[in-house]
Amino acid sequence: MDHFPTNWGRPRNDAHDAYGTYPIAERPYNGPKDSFSEGVQHTQQPIVTGTSVLAIKYKDGIMMAADNLASYGSLARFKDVQRLHTVGNHTVIGAGGDMSDFQYIQNILDELIIDEFTAQDGHSLGPAEIHEYLAQVLYARRSKMDPLWNSLLVGGFKDGKKFLAYVDLLGTTYSASTLATGYGAYIAQPLLRSAVENNEDTLTEEAARKIIEDSMRVLFYRDARSINKYQIATITAAGTSISESNHLETSWDFAEGIRGYGAQTQ
Amino acid sequence: MFRNTYDSDNTVFSPQGRLHQVEYALEAVKQGSAAVGLRSKTHSILLALKRSTGELASYQQKMFRIDDHIGIAIAGLTSDARVLSNFMRQQAMSSKMVFNRPVPVNRLVSAIADKAQVNTQEYGRRPYGVGFLVIGQDQSGPHLYEFSPSGNSYEYYAMSIGARSQSAKTYLEKHYESFADCSLEDLIRHGLHALRETLQQDKDLTVNNTSIGIVGSASEHEKSVPPTGPFRILEGDKIDVFLKSMVPKEVAEPVAPPPADAPAAPGAGDEDVQMAE
Amino acid sequence: MPGLPQQRQFNPYSENGGTILAIAGADFSVIAGDTRQSEGYNIQTRYAPKVFRLTDRAVLAVNGFAADGNMFVKSVKQRLEWYRHAHAKDMPLRAIARLIQTMLYARRFFPYYVYNILGGIEEDGTGAVYSFDPVGSYEREACRAAGAAQSLVQPFLDNQIYFKNQLAAAGTSHPTHLPLPTVLSIVIDSFTSATERHIEVGDGLEMYVVLAKGRTLQGLEGIRGMQELTTTDDGERVFVVRRELKKD
Repeated sequence: MDHFPTNWGRPRNDAHDAYGTYPIAERPYNGPKDSFSEGVQHTQQPIVTGTSVLAIKYKDGIMMAADNLASYGSLARFKDVQRLHTVGNHTVIGAGGDMSDFQYIQNILDELIIDEFTAQDGHSLGPAEIHEYLAQVLYARRSKMDPLWNSLLVGGFKDGKKFLAYVDLLGTTYSASTLATGYGAYIAQPLLRSAVENNEDTLTEEAARKIIEDSMRVLFYRDARSINKYQIATITAAGTSISESNHLETSWDFAEGIRGYGAQTQ
Repeated sequence: MFRNTYDSDNTVFSPQGRLHQVEYALEAVKQGSAAVGLRSKTHSILLALKRSTGELASYQQKMFRIDDHIGIAIAGLTSDARVLSNFMRQQAMSSKMVFNRPVPVNRLVSAIADKAQVNTQEYGRRPYGVGFLVIGQDQSGPHLYEFSPSGNSYEYYAMSIGARSQSAKTYLEKHYESFADCSLEDLIRHGLHALRETLQQDKDLTVNNTSIGIVGSASEHEKSVPPTGPFRILEGDKIDVFLKSMVPKEVAEPVAPPPADAPAAPGAGDEDVQMAE
Repeated sequence: MPGLPQQRQFNPYSENGGTILAIAGADFSVIAGDTRQSEGYNIQTRYAPKVFRLTDRAVLAVNGFAADGNMFVKSVKQRLEWYRHAHAKDMPLRAIARLIQTMLYARRFFPYYVYNILGGIEEDGTGAVYSFDPVGSYEREACRAAGAAQSLVQPFLDNQIYFKNQLAAAGTSHPTHLPLPTVLSIVIDSFTSATERHIEVGDGLEMYVVLAKGRTLQGLEGIRGMQELTTTDDGERVFVVRRELKKD
């Protein structure tokens, strides 16, 4: 119950309207409260998780890749999950971390893009704006101690400019010509940096694909939460595209020759 | 007390289908001194006539900066304008905070238009008594909009609001086709000529009673304007050079009859807002 | 402890390395920071600015948890914009310093995990440096280092700026303020040394220089990689000088 009669029937939201005049539909909520709201648990840990996402800049724009696995702990639970998502006409995001939180993020971004489209005034949100928005959302949620448990890469191409940046559950952001989340930050990032740094404007799509594929293969060899099925997204002047799932060609012959683990020392 | 059965509550239509309170609000805009806006391919500008209550008083503020890329000129109740401009500044900042993007000019104008519309429909409210000319630049170039208390907003090549603005409008309608390719200096001169039309017979534009607002790259007479050409307000000595560039009015020009919408002297101002019943 | 329920708690903070420092001169101020952003042993990016121009006479360096830092700088900038709307001028440096203390202390029980150093020119034309702790304690100083390599850089500054543990030659005394070229050399040496000895420092260096009103460029002309950021012709001037640091 709001005990201030002057507030009754008045719209009032100091956060965005010091004069209490906009928008009219926003009324103080005087209905019943959820008595158990104190008992609602916030996310303490991710449940169904995706692993690394990789992305690089190349001649024509941005290339991004993520495999199709969503793990439940160490169980390979869902093996046909898409972790790359198109946002508007100029942006693709890729997600590691909690997949249900990622689906929630996809939802709010879809709504955002619909709102922007509905304005029909020639303005559209580019990758930089979407990245800033995500950073604000994730930072706000971490500040409520109720984080969206993801590491996200945002790649895009708009007005002749490439954009590639990172944001995670803490709201930490950064930008670089090669980015990798999760295990990829340890295993793939060095490979990507040595191949891409200082070649961002000359690297062909074919070469970029090879670098990405090679990195995904190393990750599949070394990351126990990965799978040999992945998708590649490209964002260029022509727009965005996300490939069908590719299979990694792998060779395990070398395992025959390995000696020295456990009892098998001969 | 009431001149009309249907004018005490703005949410009630008259039998003619009119909202009298809204129309009275539009009259409040016409009581304010004039403001003129013009647009070229590269610039949008505002010019406004500042009133002073007397020799001892300062001149009113007719222009407000909303953000680096947006500014407004007002006609009507200054206090209402401050509420609305405060709202516009909040919206502009919110866009910077959430998207790191300067708010698109049309979206901002639509936001205040929607806000004004609410006041024409909801019980216990009154419409804003102020009209704006909004200039700004965004991805789609320079813009000029008019906002009025009825909740309408339109984009214009050139527009004027406020007292005797019809005279300025007549000038603008005569010359607007040349504005698109004008230099900033020429655009300002046109603006001053248009603004001059709203003056009473014995008055002149001076460095004291004129404000000029600009978005777009610097004029040759301006100093220390960043290359992005953010909104700035020129007043005082800075506008002297522009006033001097005006073509003097022909003295022999026959005195034109006062335009239809010009308010008479305060006090007798009720005559031209008489509503038909 | 057996028998007690275990709770995992989400940790809303991180540390992103890097170092910042600022030195005040008689009529100038230098505010600098490296551009590496890291988490643990990972270099996240080689270019993430930690030093920001607030006005033509105030520059803020922010170090600690990068997400908090960026959000804090954004909030400060918005407060300064409101000040401009209300007063049609930029906020004076000492007022910005107090504003920052208020904004930090407002979050006393969920702090911005950042160390701030504010540098610039006071209204009386003197160079100034203000340093803050995460919850808003602040003081005006002549120089300050903060961040990952604070423990390496600050003793060096104490020695070179305050002349601690140095005896002046007979019949002479230590200068109270150093000239700009000397200060820039000290800043560059501080960062190259910190880069050598601290894994979280390196990649790039950004040095902002604020000059008092009417002060000539004296000692700055011809500096490699300098760029002016000033927006007015008749006030203080702001410059940024960028340098590479070792990337290993």
